[in-house]
Amino acid sequence: MLSEQNLKKLEELKKRYPTTKALLLPVLWMAQEQFGWISLDTMKYVADLLNLPFHHVYGVVTFYTMFNSKPIGKYHIQVCTNVSCMLRGAENIRDHICRRLNVGINETTPDRTFTVTEVECLGSCGTAPMVQVNNDEYYDNLNLEKVNKLLEDWSKK
Amino acid sequence: MEKLILPDIPHLRHIDVYEMRGGYQALKKALGMKPDDVIEEVKKSNLRGRGGACFPTGLKWSFMPKQTTKPKYLCANGDESEPGTFKDRAIFEFNPHLFIEGAIIAAYAMGVKTIYTYVRGEYAKWITLLQKAVDDAYAKNYLGENILGSSFSIELYSHKGAGAYICGEESALMNSLEGDRGYPRVKPPFPAQNGLWGCPTTINNIETLANVPIIINKGWEWYSQIGAPKHPGTLLYGISGHVNKPGIYELPTGVLLTDLIYKYAGGVLGNKKIKAVIPGGSSTMWLRGDEIDGVKMDAESLKAAGTAIGTGGVIVMDEDTDILKILTRITHFYHHESCGQCTPCREGCGWMEKILNRFLEGEGTMEDVDLLLDVANNIEGNTICALGDAAAWPVQSFIKKFRDEFERRAKKTPSMKKPVKPPHLVTLEV
Ligand SMILES: Cc1cc2nc3c(=O)[nH]c(=O)nc-3n(C[C@H](O)[C@H](O)[C@H](O)COP(=O)(O)O)c2cc1C
Repeated sequence: MLSEQNLKKLEELKKRYPTTKALLLPVLWMAQEQFGWISLDTMKYVADLLNLPFHHVYGVVTFYTMFNSKPIGKYHIQVCTNVSCMLRGAENIRDHICRRLNVGINETTPDRTFTVTEVECLGSCGTAPMVQVNNDEYYDNLNLEKVNKLLEDWSKK
Repeated sequence: MEKLILPDIPHLRHIDVYEMRGGYQALKKALGMKPDDVIEEVKKSNLRGRGGACFPTGLKWSFMPKQTTKPKYLCANGDESEPGTFKDRAIFEFNPHLFIEGAIIAAYAMGVKTIYTYVRGEYAKWITLLQKAVDDAYAKNYLGENILGSSFSIELYSHKGAGAYICGEESALMNSLEGDRGYPRVKPPFPAQNGLWGCPTTINNIETLANVPIIINKGWEWYSQIGAPKHPGTLLYGISGHVNKPGIYELPTGVLLTDLIYKYAGGVLGNKKIKAVIPGGSSTMWLRGDEIDGVKMDAESLKAAGTAIGTGGVIVMDEDTDILKILTRITHFYHHESCGQCTPCREGCGWMEKILNRFLEGEGTMEDVDLLLDVANNIEGNTICALGDAAAWPVQSFIKKFRDEFERRAKKTPSMKKPVKPPHLVTLEV
């Protein structure tokens, strides 16, 4: 169930679009922010809420890379390895993170603190290499030292 | 040259500062003009789209039907996902009101009542910054009912994407906004006839719209004299890769590529030579390091140099770069981002990536290079949208300009495997 607050937000959003289908991405964002990921049950719930076929919701969730259809760790580290970052040593950053956390790409640490994924260009090419964490904060101009510091900070929290 | 889009004014993103610097004066001026005259002004300025295709903006606006009972829409395209591109983000952060003001003027000119700003989901932070500016514009009645006492009402909503490069393609963007997967639509019908929910729609890039208040304020004559005559104005060039000072540089169109690299971006890291340059985002054709002298950064000049201005995202690679690996990474990107509707793109991008990986593993042969070119040629022009072309162009230009890279890496002993022929070359005996 979406929270009271989110349902209220949804009512507001309805005024913005001529169809309820257009609310699908906004609602999926609310659901992901509330639950951390989008389970099959959540997809069924969203389908009922917006009066859409389940297969449509499933098709949309799986089309967009930012929707997690599997649970993820508390810190989702998304490493950009596209051209501009690669030219600035992104592969080293990626491998270093994986080694330090002892996980592979698309894997989560056993304590569910970290998930590491490799992502496409995040539009931070002038401050490469970079990672984004939890679909939110950007960490730019990285080097191994900075990465170590970040990982230590997050491990403590 | 004075900076127009991103001037060095502290706190310009605050509405008070923006107003103090003459902000929203263009909107007041435009509201006193006939909508058609606004379109005419933009037409004469020769403003061309900054989203990659360089389409004349005024002309695009004039395609919107005047007599229609349907609602009309403007989509501001802030999907910004082309590798090497990071300029629209700077507008959201440093001068969001310039974009908002431009979007309102555009809406007024076309008789649009609703603007959707589609921003890539990863830009969560910039969506918040934009929203703050939008809220402030509502509070001052630049947006909302009967703006500034006129009879014109206008809404602007932000819509958050969820991670898909293809949603920057205008028709995929509309499908995504409607709550579907981001599948590009077959054109015609064009968006001006049949866009969002079947209604007349115009799609413009964020930077394109940010140019509009400047044109209205200063007039088309003034604007059309900046930079290259056929592609006037300034561009937010994004420069990345092996340069000392990567970042966004606002300069007139037609600036020398070498000036951009050496004068503004501080030259190549470690004073190395340049092996290759991608001039306008990952979709554009590569230039060899020895080809860049005298090349100017505008649509016509780059076309003459066999490539394109694209998004103005310049990527510099020094002499020690494993460029074949870079090309493979780019091809992997297109394979990953292909929406899967069209067979040539869906299958072809993966096929190209596989062939390129063979070279990285030392298993590639010179027949593979011919096959690679053949696959690329069969993607180009054979898909619903230009993502297929965008995947083919880097590969085609690389083969043309850096064939020696393949030769150097090709497997020396002939492969025991039978060479794979592309299927369409197999003649069937009946
Ligand atoms: C695969 C693909 C991705 C695109 N991505 C973007 C984008 O992120 N931002 C953008 O403004 N235009 C993008 N475009 C271009 C748009 O389709 C469209 O031409 C542009 O938004 C029109 O605005 P303009 O006329 O102001 O340039 C893309 C095109 C293709 C084929």
